Amino acid sequence: MSTETQELQAVKKESLFSKKNKRLVTDPLSDNNPITIQVLGICSALAITVQIQQAIMMSLSVLFVLIGANVIVSLLRKVIPDRIRIIVQLVIVASLVIIVNEVLKAYAPDISEKLSVFVGLIITNCIIMGRLEAFALANKPGPSMMDAIGNGIGYAWILLAVAIVREIFGSGTINLEGLGIGKFQLFPEAFYEMGYMNNNLMILPPMALIVVGVIIWIQRSRNKALIEEH
Amino acid sequence: MAIDKNSNVFTFTFATIMVVVVGTILASLFLSLKPLQVAHEVDKKKMDIMGAIGFESGSEPGQVNRSNSGVLFDEFVVERISLNSKGEVINTRTDAITSGDKTDPFNIDVKKEYKSKIKKLAKKFKKDPAGLEKAMKSLDVSFPLFKCEREGKELYVIPVSGTGLWGPIWGYVALENDFKTIYGAKFDHEGETPGLGAEIKEDFFQVRFTGKTLNYGSADVFEVVKGGTPNIKDYQVDGITGGTITSKGVGEMMNRTLKIYERYFNTL
Repeated sequence: MSTETQELQAVKKESLFSKKNKRLVTDPLSDNNPITIQVLGICSALAITVQIQQAIMMSLSVLFVLIGANVIVSLLRKVIPDRIRIIVQLVIVASLVIIVNEVLKAYAPDISEKLSVFVGLIITNCIIMGRLEAFALANKPGPSMMDAIGNGIGYAWILLAVAIVREIFGSGTINLEGLGIGKFQLFPEAFYEMGYMNNNLMILPPMALIVVGVIIWIQRSRNKALIEEH
Repeated sequence: MAIDKNSNVFTFTFATIMVVVVGTILASLFLSLKPLQVAHEVDKKKMDIMGAIGFESGSEPGQVNRSNSGVLFDEFVVERISLNSKGEVINTRTDAITSGDKTDPFNIDVKKEYKSKIKKLAKKFKKDPAGLEKAMKSLDVSFPLFKCEREGKELYVIPVSGTGLWGPIWGYVALENDFKTIYGAKFDHEGETPGLGAEIKEDFFQVRFTGKTLNYGSADVFEVVKGGTPNIKDYQVDGITGGTITSKGVGEMMNRTLKIYERYFNTL
């Protein structure tokens, strides 16, 4: 429903923070969320939400690639030859992803190790190619950037929400060592002595799917307009 | 003058310029970040060796992590030895490690040597262990050995490298000073299936190796058997259920590599 090209009317000197542009940021956060509504980028959302620190780094990486790719493609939209536009988009996205991967390897080796192939797989994240095709190719850099920020954050908050649930109930800790902050034990030892146990199922990928499902459920029960009719 | 952006000439020009620009950016980025990445790899290697001699990784005291791996390595590793494929000592070092010094046993890239020289032999002689042993003898490959001392015990750490289901697997095996008893083992992989083969890097699998005895002189110096096999012998460990090929890969790389070191241990 949202992959159709959104054309922005070229209003004279439209401010970057006009109402229309603000909607570009706020829409993907809720009613047009890339994960829960468009169901894009699910694979990474399931795989790297075991720990909050991984989710944070992954979200930042996707945000960076999304903003970079959207702005660059938008700047080049008038010169990119139509016949090779997908290749051009892929090259831009792939280069940005390689940059992220190499920088992570150099500056956050532990997290880079945990994210392993999933950073490389940002290239295939449908959110990015989707936004390039649907938005950046037809709009100016300013709105394109807003669109990227909106979708990036829309992706990020779902990842974070899932990661928070999974890490708290799966590991009983919040581990931010990879970000240089430290590790926090959430439940006192006495809890465990009384028989409390971490839920191992939370660590496994199926639970991520269930948590995402619960978020979708909450979202749709609050906004009936999102429920499709069959 | 308007350019027709869909003409062939423009398309090709655009593609060429794009490739050159992107190539230049990525190449320069790669070169500028390489020293940092290499340093991290060295730390990781030291961490793994410390892991084989029983250090858990973590940031608490008594655990090994990236920042203290160098200090711990210098404290516990007393000698770095390199052997040729016949098990003869080529080089012994006790001084500080200089990166890029090819004669230093620490700088031998075991994974690279495996990939370029040993992998095809291992494949060719898959069903013929005696043939593989013979072929390995004439290889021009150096094998590093790290002699460590911890809590009054002499430990020998042997790097191993092999192939799992999807790609390379590697590890470090620490032997006690009878050269037969396994003190500890640490494995890692590049892209094995999460939840199945990838479990070789988890503690529950690695502790199974501790206390096992090597069966020198036979075709199977060490073996990883199918998960759940009854009556496990002293030189066998249970593999991971659902990760059979990766588990077998662990057994294969240990078996193949330990045979080289066996010749050296026999001379001691």
